[in-house]
Amino acid sequence: MDEIQKTLLEQVAGLHELPEGAYNIRANGKSVERSTTAHIDIVTKEDKQGIDIIIKPGTKRESVHIPVVLSQSGLTEMVYNDFYVGDDCDVTIVAGCGIHNCGQQDSRHDGIHTFYIGKNSHVKYVEKHYGSGDGRGGRIMNPETVVSLGENSFLEMETVQIKGVDSTRRTTRAKLADHAKIVITERLMTHGSQNAESSFEVDLDGVDSSANLISRAVARDDSRQLFLAKINGNNRCAGHSECDAIIMDNAKISAIPEITANNLDAALIHEAAIGKIAGDQIIKLMTLGLTEAEAEAQIVNGFLK
Amino acid sequence: MLELQNVSFQVPGDASGQKEIIKSINLKFQDHTFTAITGPNGGGKSTLAKLIMGIEKPTSGKILFQGTDITEMSITQRAKLGISFAFQQPVRFKGIRVKDLITLAAGSSLSTSGACEYLSKVGLCARDYINREVDASLSGGELKRIEIATIIARNTPLSVFDEPEAGIDLWSFSNLIKVFEELHETSSNSLIIISHQERILNIADEIVVIADGAVSARGHRDTILPELLRGTESCKYYQQ
Repeated sequence: MDEIQKTLLEQVAGLHELPEGAYNIRANGKSVERSTTAHIDIVTKEDKQGIDIIIKPGTKRESVHIPVVLSQSGLTEMVYNDFYVGDDCDVTIVAGCGIHNCGQQDSRHDGIHTFYIGKNSHVKYVEKHYGSGDGRGGRIMNPETVVSLGENSFLEMETVQIKGVDSTRRTTRAKLADHAKIVITERLMTHGSQNAESSFEVDLDGVDSSANLISRAVARDDSRQLFLAKINGNNRCAGHSECDAIIMDNAKISAIPEITANNLDAALIHEAAIGKIAGDQIIKLMTLGLTEAEAEAQIVNGFLK
Repeated sequence: MLELQNVSFQVPGDASGQKEIIKSINLKFQDHTFTAITGPNGGGKSTLAKLIMGIEKPTSGKILFQGTDITEMSITQRAKLGISFAFQQPVRFKGIRVKDLITLAAGSSLSTSGACEYLSKVGLCARDYINREVDASLSGGELKRIEIATIIARNTPLSVFDEPEAGIDLWSFSNLIKVFEELHETSSNSLIIISHQERILNIADEIVVIADGAVSARGHRDTILPELLRGTESCKYYQQ
């Protein structure tokens, strides 16, 4: 890998060197590094682009890193990654995509991650997106996550997109069995003329299943964001979605929460708030000696932390 | 250390024109003094505090701080010169932790134990608070004490507190009095505290009474306080 690819890798996966545990690093459309462990296998798909990640039942405290980096302008790819997580596992999965585009043509990575999570498992899934390069070609990412969460399992999903992605459409769909729980935390910042759309749909099918979707977003310059959160309560369950957004400059944000109770014992809540930075927050930080710009940066950084 | 010269402040009023909130006030605050500003609600006390910090700019008049004309200076410039301001209703921030706020106030990197020390001074068990966010999860009283801790951390030549007692329970109030006494005794900094509380007025060196946008009385606490407490109405008011 070259220096640009290494920088991208650091941004999206926090990696300075090869990680411990299982990993698959994909660069410019090819798998360049791979490692498996006794409990985690990674197999290349034969019918289409992508890999199967197979985590054996009972795997504890192991991690899988599957970052993707693109530094070749004009490259477009569609990748299918399937995760098979057995029963009684406790694992961390770090995905993410970095695009460096200094050319004139769009670079685009579309990925569908499908999770089949067994019973009594805990999975932490982290996905970071980052773009760099000063070419006129767009940096485009359209990630799709599909989750089937088994009985009594828990998925913590964290998505972060702070910089440099020109266009993104994120789709997350999840179906939960009895006593399963999902917590999704999204942090998003758009600037320039970027466009970001994030849509979640969670089916709380199991008894006592629960979902918590939390989105913190900042839109600046002329960027646009659309947040859609749909929770269907199909059993005795608890669902909560929250979109909290700061709007700056000429940006535009829409938040469309939707909750549907198909069962008398479904308890569902949605909250959405969009507003500019409160003037008294800036004043308070200025009384501590920060300039207006420093105060604004501090507030935005804290909000997205 | 701080001088207000003919300071007036007007806001757009009804059809008849401007409403004068502060009317040509002249006030001098000496070094290392503890001044309490009191007076009826709506008399202009909080506006005066905001004029000192630069949150509002006077319509006319001059403000001098340590000999420098700060009338046209921004909030940031005044903060850097050495003025601190504790809000009557402290601001909440999503994502900013108590430790972050105190570190920003101290103006340098601060160890956890350093930040904890400031919290302990305002009666908060530091370990429970240091990593909490300064958001809606804190009660009004907790937030108020954190606000006061940020001012202690700044340690500037002048600190202005706008009704520090508001929202603080009785037990904490006794501690708050101790905090102000200690601040006054252990440093050469000056304090200006806007308050309705007799116990705060009672520890000030000097009391300024602001009513209807003007200074209606000023002097040593031993002179002013008995006058304030003499009237039945004001007695109830200041001792409540």
